[in-house]
Amino acid sequence: MQANTEHIGIDTGKPLEQLLEKIADHKGCGTSSDGGKASCGSSDGPADMAPEVWEKVKNHPCYSEEAHHHYARMHVAVAPACNIHCNYCNRKYDCANESRPGVVSEKLTPEQASKKVLAVASAIPQMTVLGIAGPGDPLANPAKTFKTFELIAKTAPDIKLCLSTNGLTLPDHVDTIKAFNVDHVTITINMVDPEVGQHIYPWIFYKNKRYTGIEAARILTERQLLGLEMLTAAGVLAKINSVMIPGINDKHLVEVNRAVKSRGAFLHNIMPLISAPEHGTVFGLNGQRGPSAQELKALQDACEGEMNMMRHCRQCRADAVGLLGEDRSAEFTTEKIDEMSEVVYDAETRKAYQELVESERLEKVAAKEAALAEMSDDEVSDIKILIAVATKGQGRVNEHFGHATEFQIYEMSSAGSKFVGHRRVDLYCQGGFGEEETLPSVVRAINDCHAVFVAKIGGCPRDELKAAGIDPVDRFAHEFIEESAITYFKEYLAKVRSHEVVHEMRGDADIRQGAYISAA
Amino acid sequence: MAYKIIASQCTGCSACEPECPNVAIREKNGVFIIDPKKCTECLGHFDEPQCVAVCPVDLTCVIDNAFPRYVAPV
Repeated sequence: MQANTEHIGIDTGKPLEQLLEKIADHKGCGTSSDGGKASCGSSDGPADMAPEVWEKVKNHPCYSEEAHHHYARMHVAVAPACNIHCNYCNRKYDCANESRPGVVSEKLTPEQASKKVLAVASAIPQMTVLGIAGPGDPLANPAKTFKTFELIAKTAPDIKLCLSTNGLTLPDHVDTIKAFNVDHVTITINMVDPEVGQHIYPWIFYKNKRYTGIEAARILTERQLLGLEMLTAAGVLAKINSVMIPGINDKHLVEVNRAVKSRGAFLHNIMPLISAPEHGTVFGLNGQRGPSAQELKALQDACEGEMNMMRHCRQCRADAVGLLGEDRSAEFTTEKIDEMSEVVYDAETRKAYQELVESERLEKVAAKEAALAEMSDDEVSDIKILIAVATKGQGRVNEHFGHATEFQIYEMSSAGSKFVGHRRVDLYCQGGFGEEETLPSVVRAINDCHAVFVAKIGGCPRDELKAAGIDPVDRFAHEFIEESAITYFKEYLAKVRSHEVVHEMRGDADIRQGAYISAA
Repeated sequence: MAYKIIASQCTGCSACEPECPNVAIREKNGVFIIDPKKCTECLGHFDEPQCVAVCPVDLTCVIDNAFPRYVAPV
């Protein structure tokens, strides 16, 4: 299969944009699976998704962009062993102040994990999803992973179970996954061509033997794709994660997207490589760079079509707790969990709270649709702008500029608003005082945006943002994001038409690489 | 000889433990150790010592020269 496939190869030396143009006609990313147009997606809701898929993902923050404003997830680190080695991973890493995959503070036994899940679910009623995502591979630790699922299914049956795997042993476990009612699985697939794979995976351990080079990558890709096909056949939703590594698999990921789409994956999450030297990974140490914000968006846009792209991934810790973008794991350390006596699981309170969340959520969708309906036909235009939003969640503009640890990015066009990602930043304001040296880094992170929506902003950062050409907007404080963004965009178009402003494209932006210091 | 695990390099990931055909590996104080009396260097089981092949940190499972070479029973 791979030998004859003419893929968008590495080392072709062409700029990414050119290649993306060439493959533009492949938008939709390959033929649809045998189920016909198994429409899939993450963005808005039932409109672009089969009803049975929507039912499965609507309260899953990692699978539905819309849900991630309202629902929380937690990961438990019970699976430390791994059977493959990746150049973007460092197995020695353990850090309290960093948020990225593979990093944890404590490893848990299945019993500890189960108790922790109950404690968190009682404290955070909107926690609907429990995932096992390492550090390591959950399916290289099948006994621990499935024991954990068994314990949780018994005591908290309303919590959805999911796992994230490298796929090497996936074909051996599909039946068990199905039996444990795990209906969401994420497979990390970075290549479908061993020529590319050999630069990402130094070795794998398979059937009692260590394989290296092209052979290792060939086995891995065969097992991953077989596992994906088996999941699809078993009716288990499969999401694909890919790490975008410039110069190694960036162009090739379009080929990966086509391969996984045709095998029934319903969502593709292309994430930027994280590779700072201090992380101690092979890529970090040899200076492999990560993509810029524009490169990442261009690739995601090129793969978008019938298959939606996940754009709200926070690349969170393997023991993260809470809403995406916030990490409350420090509140639930093993020590604190162990100290708790019996944890009472209150399913009723959780249900009542979630019903409240649902009514707020419907209100938000209605507000967005009303704003969109007001966009008249004469407002159709080719202009697109990006807006950065400071938010604490619930889909509202409700965060102070100085307190934002990330900005959510929306692309506005006359078709409406589209969530395209988020940018992590250092806190501008710490203890009430603006840190002057952090502002340029905030500007770099949202430099491709025309405006930034905030609940509140001080005079000094306001002036600096203006100087950088970014409009600071605080008049939508506590309003719904998308409704406000559509209003702003309509006014922007009117100003362009009346020549009050000249529309210009903004520049590129940085993706933050360093440690994520939580806002606690 | 038997294999040993260099404690300072062990990440405690547990990958080696289930792979050992002799059940010679166990956890102690957050890292893993090999019982030299049980280790057969995987002779008669596999072509390569399983702890070495699966360990994510190179040169962490190494030959322990303090023990005589293992001889498989005839």
